[in-house]
Amino acid sequence: MPLQPILLTVQLAALTTAILLLVGTPVAWWLARSRARWKEAVAAVVALPLVLPPTVLGFYLLLLLGPQGPGGWLASSWGAHTLAFTFEGLVIGSVLYSMPFVVQPIRNAFEAFGERPLEVAATLGAGPFDRFFTVALPLAKRGVLTGAVLGFAHTVGEFGVVLMIGGAIPGKTKVLSVAIYDYVETGEWATAHVLAGGMLAFSFAVILTMMLLEKRLARAGT
Amino acid sequence: MINVFFRSALTATLALLVFTNPAGAAETTVAVAANFTEAAKEIATAFTAKTGHTAVLSFGSTGQFYTQIKQEAPFAVLLAADAETPKKLEGDGLAVPGSRYTYAIGKLVLWGKTPGVPADEATLKGGRFEKLSIANPKVAPYGAAGVQVLTRLGLTDALTSKLVQGTSIAQAFQFVDTGNAELGFVALSQVIAKAGAQYWLVPAALYDPILQDAVLLKKGEADAAARAFLAFLKGPEARKVIERYGYGLASGG
Repeated sequence: MPLQPILLTVQLAALTTAILLLVGTPVAWWLARSRARWKEAVAAVVALPLVLPPTVLGFYLLLLLGPQGPGGWLASSWGAHTLAFTFEGLVIGSVLYSMPFVVQPIRNAFEAFGERPLEVAATLGAGPFDRFFTVALPLAKRGVLTGAVLGFAHTVGEFGVVLMIGGAIPGKTKVLSVAIYDYVETGEWATAHVLAGGMLAFSFAVILTMMLLEKRLARAGT
Repeated sequence: MINVFFRSALTATLALLVFTNPAGAAETTVAVAANFTEAAKEIATAFTAKTGHTAVLSFGSTGQFYTQIKQEAPFAVLLAADAETPKKLEGDGLAVPGSRYTYAIGKLVLWGKTPGVPADEATLKGGRFEKLSIANPKVAPYGAAGVQVLTRLGLTDALTSKLVQGTSIAQAFQFVDTGNAELGFVALSQVIAKAGAQYWLVPAALYDPILQDAVLLKKGEADAAARAFLAFLKGPEARKVIERYGYGLASGG
């Protein structure tokens, strides 16, 4: 039972989800509240990975992370020359790739409760930060939870992008999906079955848990 | 209305099928090891010009094709990057016995295009680079050859941490081409036509000969176009192309 790819995948998905919650929540907030006319253009950019083939993202990432791109420039600050084939590179790719899965549910949640609770909080003297953390965020917790679960699950399920920028280095970039691909290709079907079956069970459990949670929170919430 | 549109579209499609398919010309599907991509494209074009048949080419790693053929992939011919896979397929009853032959002998090169990192033996031994790209040695014979080179030069321990793997020799090539890996073990055929390409032709003593065998698969046994393609591959026109891409030819083959 190859534990290393499993561990690596969990690490990648956990870190990606944490970053996405930190970055995605303000983005979702802005998308939900802003009256800027070009905000839907930003929303469209965030949603792009939903429709783009992973190969498009993989191709551009390979160039962006490489020595001629900003990734290479960044890497040169610690003496390396590319961010491709690194764990950090995979995190960057995963954050971009899973962004819509986190931002969209949180944005929906922010939009769902409307202006009123915030106006009430403002009349009661709550400042903007206070309103965000003690009113908006708790009201949107369902969306945040959904976003976190989907972001995590989607990163675990990522394949094309990782295959293109990873280089299948054990312990660094050889995540579960790539390991399964490898086992299938080399005819080691017994191991492939174990991992693939595990993924199937995991994915089912995630989706089921999320649906049940949603239902419970919906009952408790309103 | 929709019906009329549908019927005329159907007629047009049928007409197209009839007119683009001259009498006797057929289509056959050929699985081609990634290292042979460019040569195969040229050969397929010449094949169509000469016989009227069409060879539809699929590119990938040899190991990948093996798995697919075992799952009844609709390939009529396999141009592998090794001799073992066609032999195994024959043993599995998936290839036509007696149809195997060596169509090309592959040559391995160390290729690089990063300034200051010359692709040669000294750089490899000095280890002053970050990444060495290689095809997955378990599925790609050129990858396995690359591993042998490292073993025979005694560099396995020093360089294993620098290895990045492509799923086929095409991805190993692409990692170097995008500049993400400074060096890579690729096929001579991939770089020979590149103007100004800088590479080290790895001495043949450092790896086992890469005998690339072609084989007629069971799915192509009754396929005249598949047999014609294999015959064409053995002919002087195809051999000239194969040699131009830097491959060796089996004597008498």
